[in-house]
Amino acid sequence: MKPADYIEMKIPAKPEFLGVTRLTLSGIASRMGFSYETIEDLKIATSEAITNAVQHAYKGEDGEVVIGFGLHSDHLEVVVSDRGKSFDFYETKKSLGPYTDHSAEFLREGGLGLYLIETLMDEVKVHQNEGITLFMTKYLEGEQVERDAETIST
Amino acid sequence: MNISIDVKELDQQTTMTLAGEIDAYTAPQLRETAFPYTEKKQASVVIDLSGVTYMDSTGLGVFVGLFKSLNANDGTLKLVGLSDRLKRLFDITGLADIMNINSEAEGGV
Repeated sequence: MKPADYIEMKIPAKPEFLGVTRLTLSGIASRMGFSYETIEDLKIATSEAITNAVQHAYKGEDGEVVIGFGLHSDHLEVVVSDRGKSFDFYETKKSLGPYTDHSAEFLREGGLGLYLIETLMDEVKVHQNEGITLFMTKYLEGEQVERDAETIST
Repeated sequence: MNISIDVKELDQQTTMTLAGEIDAYTAPQLRETAFPYTEKKQASVVIDLSGVTYMDSTGLGVFVGLFKSLNANDGTLKLVGLSDRLKRLFDITGLADIMNINSEAEGGV
């Protein structure tokens, strides 16, 4: 589905630009009518995706990360692409999940980012070509149900 | 889009007051500042997060690291002043069950 409006940012693959991206995302999401809580979730998921792109794709090398925002009437699609060296998403994904073991020895310091993305977004898809492109979708509150109902009635 | 870290030491207890955003940019600074205080024997570290406006998994990673270091040195870590947002982050990752976190600023036990 082609978005009604599309906004794209290209940032140097450096963590200091994470904040700028969050500010842009806040503006877009608030304009679309997302609640404060959901905007905070979107900020975390998007930051996690960019952090992965910056830390895993470019280890000390220069590169760029492209962040696309597809504005649909009932949902926002956030696309994060590193187009650089890729980290193995599926391999990384296997080791994800909430902490269940109560022993400090088993605490992992990383690996939580992808888990948070999946928890906080409604849909997450990955395309692996030259780099990694992550597609994340968040529906406006209640819209997902409405949309399904519409499909049934027509 | 930055972080401020205020450290106060009193006897065995270190109190850190954080304000700002904790992400991949500011997390290394936080880790470097806080880590030395966790390496003392039986240290008690209290971190006040009431001024933190944004945090993601990189911040959680720092606190897990500090927690592990304190545990290894028979110390304790207490996180206080968590907003509902921050509390939720610890809840959904399961860290709330493992670490000592408190929404109250003074960390009333």
